Amino acid sequence: MNKTFIIARREFLTRVQKKTFLLTTIGLPLLIFGIYALIIFFAVNDTKDYKIAVQDDAKIFKTSLEDKKKEVVFSFVNNETKTTLDAALIAKKYDAYIYIPKDFNLNNIKDSLHVVAAKSVGLITKSTIEKKLNNALEENKLLLGLNISKAQLDSLQRTSEIKFTTVNGEKDTDIKTTASSIFGYGCGFLIYIVLFIYGTMVMRGVAEEKTNRIAEVIISSVKPFQLMMGKILGIGTVGLLQFLIWIVLMLGLQLLLPLIFPDLMHQMQSQPIQPGMIAATSAVQQSGAMDHIHEIFAQVNIPLIIGCFLFYFLGGYFMYASLFAAVGSTVNEDPQDAQTLTLPITMPIIFGFVIMMQAVNNPNSPLAVFGSLFPLTSPIVMMARVAHGVPDGVTIFQLVLSMVLLVVGFISTTWLAGKIYRTGILMYGKKVTIKEIGKWIFRKA
Amino acid sequence: MNNLIELQNLKKYFATQKAVDDISFSIEQGSIFGLLGPNGAGKTTLIRMITGIFYQDSGSIIFDGKKFDPINDITKIGYMPEERGLYKKMKIGEQAIYLAQLKGLSRNDAVQKLKFWFEKLEMQSWWNKKVEDLSKGMSQKLQFVTTVLHEPKLIILDEPFSGLDPVNANLIKDEIYGLAQRGCTIIFSTHRMEQVEEICDKIVLVNLGKKILDGTVQDVKQQFKENKFKIKLREVPANSNDNSFTIIDAKANEFIVKINEGFKSNDVLQSFLQQGCTIESFNEILPSLNDIFIHLVEGTKSTARAFQQI
Repeated sequence: MNKTFIIARREFLTRVQKKTFLLTTIGLPLLIFGIYALIIFFAVNDTKDYKIAVQDDAKIFKTSLEDKKKEVVFSFVNNETKTTLDAALIAKKYDAYIYIPKDFNLNNIKDSLHVVAAKSVGLITKSTIEKKLNNALEENKLLLGLNISKAQLDSLQRTSEIKFTTVNGEKDTDIKTTASSIFGYGCGFLIYIVLFIYGTMVMRGVAEEKTNRIAEVIISSVKPFQLMMGKILGIGTVGLLQFLIWIVLMLGLQLLLPLIFPDLMHQMQSQPIQPGMIAATSAVQQSGAMDHIHEIFAQVNIPLIIGCFLFYFLGGYFMYASLFAAVGSTVNEDPQDAQTLTLPITMPIIFGFVIMMQAVNNPNSPLAVFGSLFPLTSPIVMMARVAHGVPDGVTIFQLVLSMVLLVVGFISTTWLAGKIYRTGILMYGKKVTIKEIGKWIFRKA
Repeated sequence: MNNLIELQNLKKYFATQKAVDDISFSIEQGSIFGLLGPNGAGKTTLIRMITGIFYQDSGSIIFDGKKFDPINDITKIGYMPEERGLYKKMKIGEQAIYLAQLKGLSRNDAVQKLKFWFEKLEMQSWWNKKVEDLSKGMSQKLQFVTTVLHEPKLIILDEPFSGLDPVNANLIKDEIYGLAQRGCTIIFSTHRMEQVEEICDKIVLVNLGKKILDGTVQDVKQQFKENKFKIKLREVPANSNDNSFTIIDAKANEFIVKINEGFKSNDVLQSFLQQGCTIESFNEILPSLNDIFIHLVEGTKSTARAFQQI
């Protein structure tokens, strides 16, 4: 049996058998789930109506929006202009208005409904507005068309894009962008945390082996590089297992949500808008809190994100874990020794996090592109871009290039770290400086 | 007999010390070899080079007739360092199997051999205990077992008896003899000179990174003998002064004498015989290794080895 594998197996088993592993693996998703449920609960109980004035000069909606009296109230107004509506918003008569000019054509792709709000609209409200408007539009389109052309059919199936702006003209992000940003931020943050948690876990493991001098016993049996790689692989497998359990648990709980909160679901059951033909086709569809969540989820490419997440987690982990291992190997008796040496490693991680926060909102800025290609920051930054989807957030070429660079990156850091580790793990009593480490790297075996 | 290991002009310098400064010696196959020296003399550094843990700055090591190749030869070596650690949270059986697997044994082989050793050293009940439950002496025994389990050609034991009670110390000592008889070569590093005298065939004494003594225990003792004899008479002699010897210690009819230069032991006997004394016993007093050690090391300031610039 390969010795690296034997070492990895031990590292894996001792960690997985610990009670703390079970606790964090099961506990964390439950905690997140709890917060998640709480947010929905409060979002649902927020009973304040959202009032929207509709000046429908093109007579698109007729009256189909009017009788719906929950959460979002559409009231049709007459003889208002954009200016008077703006004034009404500032006077807080309405929360938002929709102005539809006379020449608005439903079947024209370029024409889209424009919601102007007093202030930035919350995600759930936004999704409700979008849903109601689209349902009404769809209904109208169907009523219009007895002789539907191919083009019309296409436009029918395409949900209309609805733009949101605030009254002072700032473009409000649409649901897709907001959802992508949240996902990108979440994933980037997770990788950031993970690099630190598992990186320091490797570092502590190495330092512990060195200070309790089992390293000396083991190094007399295996090559230092095997010991280092065994440790990194073992802990990495622990991390991977933990994530897979988390993903499964989250998806499972997601499905359980309606069962756990039946009241909530009932309360959120907004009456189906679809009369006639549509009612038949989408009677199964329920709208409610879960719908909003699902809609938000539907905005992002979950399989792509999970796939990229796992890749960047592993790539980033391998790159940083070996560096952390190298630092751990320089520790003498006092773990404090490591602190000055961890700084050069933690800097790029933090740097990556900063770029990521920018990239979330602006996935194609030069800084975001650089950050997502540079292997030391790419695991964090690329997640923010990937959440915006391919090719909106990142082109296939850049994604592949970034992945290749990351692989090259972790192979070189591992090689470099192996050289430091080899000498460091055996070195007792010698005060280690950066200069010294430089010498170790260039020393021949 | 051929040499299992030969060290030639080994050097290892650290930033503040010449830890090993040009040391050469060889160890015969199947012998028990004592590596002695005061604290900080460079013993551990020397051992680490032999076990492939350190690379020497210069010089060479010949192991089993070939140039020492750490990667392949380390499985033929069992090393029990002085400050030895174990994974505290691991179960003893698993830990022993793990260390054996790292030495290249298969799991089944390891279990089988461990069962044998655990039974031999009365450790069967330990299998599912954790290392942190063991006393120092108990973990010592466990470490000894994991060191010799893979039947290495060379076994290096650094202070193997520290923390062991006399019964367990004897148990381990017997195992060491047994291993040597089966052809294992054993390097034994300790400060306990009486153990060295008892166990070792040959010794090397290092101090300040240099070899200052090399030979069999008997040779070394002969080399440092001070021509002291103990003589016991039946009656108290009338005159115990003679120019052939100087009395160091006298107890009525018992004398410890040092033979003066140019005289032999027979001259001492003759002086008493001439007085008509009856001699009951007459033995040479050889210095103990402890005395030799102290004699050689004391005054070299090695006990507080100063840091030197190199």
